[in-house]
Amino acid sequence: MTLIVDYDAGNLKSVQRACDYVGLKASISNDAQSIAGAQRIIFPGVGAAGSAMRSLKLNGLDKALLHAFESGVPILGICLGLQVSFEYSEEDDQHTLSLIPGKVRRFDISDQSLKIPHMGWNEVEVVKPHPVLAKLAPGDEFYFVHGYYPEPKEQQRVFARSAYQDYFCVAAGLKNYFGTQFHPEKSGRVGLELLSCFAEWDGSYVE
Amino acid sequence: MLSKRLIACLDVRDGKLAKSIKFVNTQDIGDPVEKAREYYIDGLDELVFYDITASSDKRSIMLEFVEAVAEQVFIPLSVGGGVRNVADATDLRLAGAEKINVNSAAVLRPPLISECAEAIGSQNVVLSMDIARVAVSDDMPSGYEIVINGGRKPMGVDALAWALEGERLGAGELVVNSIDADGTRDGYEIGLTALISQAVRIPVIASGGAGLPEHLFDVLTRGKADAVLVASMVHYGDYRVSELKSYLHSQGIKMRMSW
Repeated sequence: MTLIVDYDAGNLKSVQRACDYVGLKASISNDAQSIAGAQRIIFPGVGAAGSAMRSLKLNGLDKALLHAFESGVPILGICLGLQVSFEYSEEDDQHTLSLIPGKVRRFDISDQSLKIPHMGWNEVEVVKPHPVLAKLAPGDEFYFVHGYYPEPKEQQRVFARSAYQDYFCVAAGLKNYFGTQFHPEKSGRVGLELLSCFAEWDGSYVE
Repeated sequence: MLSKRLIACLDVRDGKLAKSIKFVNTQDIGDPVEKAREYYIDGLDELVFYDITASSDKRSIMLEFVEAVAEQVFIPLSVGGGVRNVADATDLRLAGAEKINVNSAAVLRPPLISECAEAIGSQNVVLSMDIARVAVSDDMPSGYEIVINGGRKPMGVDALAWALEGERLGAGELVVNSIDADGTRDGYEIGLTALISQAVRIPVIASGGAGLPEHLFDVLTRGKADAVLVASMVHYGDYRVSELKSYLHSQGIKMRMSW
């Protein structure tokens, strides 16, 4: 069973609809026990790091996610879901789940003509192959909405990057965890293809 | 870097696609779900639906309609028209809308913007502004005034001041709709769009007046817009979405070209 983690962080139905469209049956759940024992997990989310962590802890979902990660099941983090999977976020000065070494930083954009948040379609450049990114082609663009960006501690955790004044990490992975800063569920065909690659991924990754 | 966005706007009345000219003489021109799907397949970057249903007891039709679109269109969907409170906004979000447009109700009660931003996130709140050209005066220093109720009622509010206030209250994006240009197909109001886009840090969507591909180019360059809204240009088959994007791309505008 694939579960979409529900922690009061945004609209999960759009993720569920996109999964449904590519044939991945997924249920929305906020039950810690179910999530700890799920076969496949999608961890989406929009909003702020502070309230997200409070909500995760309140329901015991922080421990459930850690348990699932250690059990080796495939996990896909999306946007805020990816961000709180690191150790620390500058947003709300918040300690986060620490599934992946690294932190989340605020965009520091000096170019006044660049709008904040980083919202819209941007090109995603694969810097290291991964099964979840297998169908991406050069020039493919995905939909983003965020004011903070992930910065993995180790460069080998970075699988894709985009540019907004400077390059930043937009896809990070460690073992059975993979996460995207962009929204595959709102990124048209290329996003649906990424979700179908995730649906087929067994969670193994060899460095 | 971010691509400029091509957004199609569909006016929906009782679940049907309508097109207005200067906000009057609306006529039904087809099935909006079918149109939405067609534009999505053809590379559209974002969709906006304005609910122009007259009676509020028909709101459930709009929710069903949004849901039908969300099941098969996987780009951001933005919905507006008659959003008066947080409950309206969250209902539409649950039905599948990514972003919520507020317009008249926010002019009448500005805290609506911050309430929606708190409930659904600032980035999902779009402040849509209908703007009329007026004489420059002490009360209207920008020479542009906010109007509501489909362009019929001037509000005595300066458009530039309202844009800045909207940003301060937590709007994540602005739609700058010129009611003078709307439906004319003579081009967007470039000066107005540039004036507002340069004054705020949030993205600005130009709206009203598009008739030729060159108009889109002008407002994305001289008008400093982050996105362009089109309606009749594509609804009547004069131009295809992909054709407009290819044109802008060929003129050096960064557009999403693989879909």
